[in-house]
Amino acid sequence: MKYLATFLVLFASYVLLAGFEVTELAVGAVIAVILTILITKHVEYKIDYLLPYKLVVFLVVYLPVFIYQLILANIDVARRVLSPKIPLNSGFVKIKTDLDGEFGKLTLANSITLTPGTLTVDVDNDELYIHCIDVKGKSEEENRKNISSLFERVLRVVFK
Amino acid sequence: MIANILLVIGGLFYMLGGLGVFRMPDTFNRIQAGTKATTLGAFSILLGVGVSEPSWLLKVVFIIILIALTNPIGSSSLAKAAYQKNKLPELTQDDLKELYRGDKND
Repeated sequence: MKYLATFLVLFASYVLLAGFEVTELAVGAVIAVILTILITKHVEYKIDYLLPYKLVVFLVVYLPVFIYQLILANIDVARRVLSPKIPLNSGFVKIKTDLDGEFGKLTLANSITLTPGTLTVDVDNDELYIHCIDVKGKSEEENRKNISSLFERVLRVVFK
Repeated sequence: MIANILLVIGGLFYMLGGLGVFRMPDTFNRIQAGTKATTLGAFSILLGVGVSEPSWLLKVVFIIILIALTNPIGSSSLAKAAYQKNKLPELTQDDLKELYRGDKND
């Protein structure tokens, strides 16, 4: 089952990028088979069979929030870059997360990176280390509220 | 029309990203400016291409998904490497120390 799912994902990606022709389908199939063998041999991962369902929920719930935050982040960057004297108060803060599951944490880390003024540097078990352009909160709780609570709420709907 | 607007917006954000990399004072802030601006810039330019050439739209969306997944990971590893290798700039708070400088028990 794992092999089949991996193969299908790889094959679909290839065909999507290369175009829908007989030769491309054949080449894509061969490449997908080779890659499937290599990947399943060397990379350890599990496939979640609820993923298609989760993906739909994900798109509906998460995407609007994400795009809104991304645009906010860019306006923020633009404001900082264009102001004559760049306002800075940067530092690294630590934040705890309740999400479990690798994919949930990955998405949370990526979302934090793409929201205004924050950049995930490292993840250690359930702690995220984040670089902030402007450290606002005084305590860990406060930082958590400012930075990750919105996305954690959204992602908890998806990955529960 | 929409395609052109998207392309211009994308170019604008790319320019801001470049300016940010140029103007920000230290590595981490540069990475921040670079990542955010180029991500939205790339989305916008790709969407512009997709709108002007509708047969490519599916491809473009696929590329956007790949960029959205990989771009933050790239910047995150850059920041991690920079933290471990370089002299740090002035910081108001540094929680990462405990993870890399061995204060934390493994």
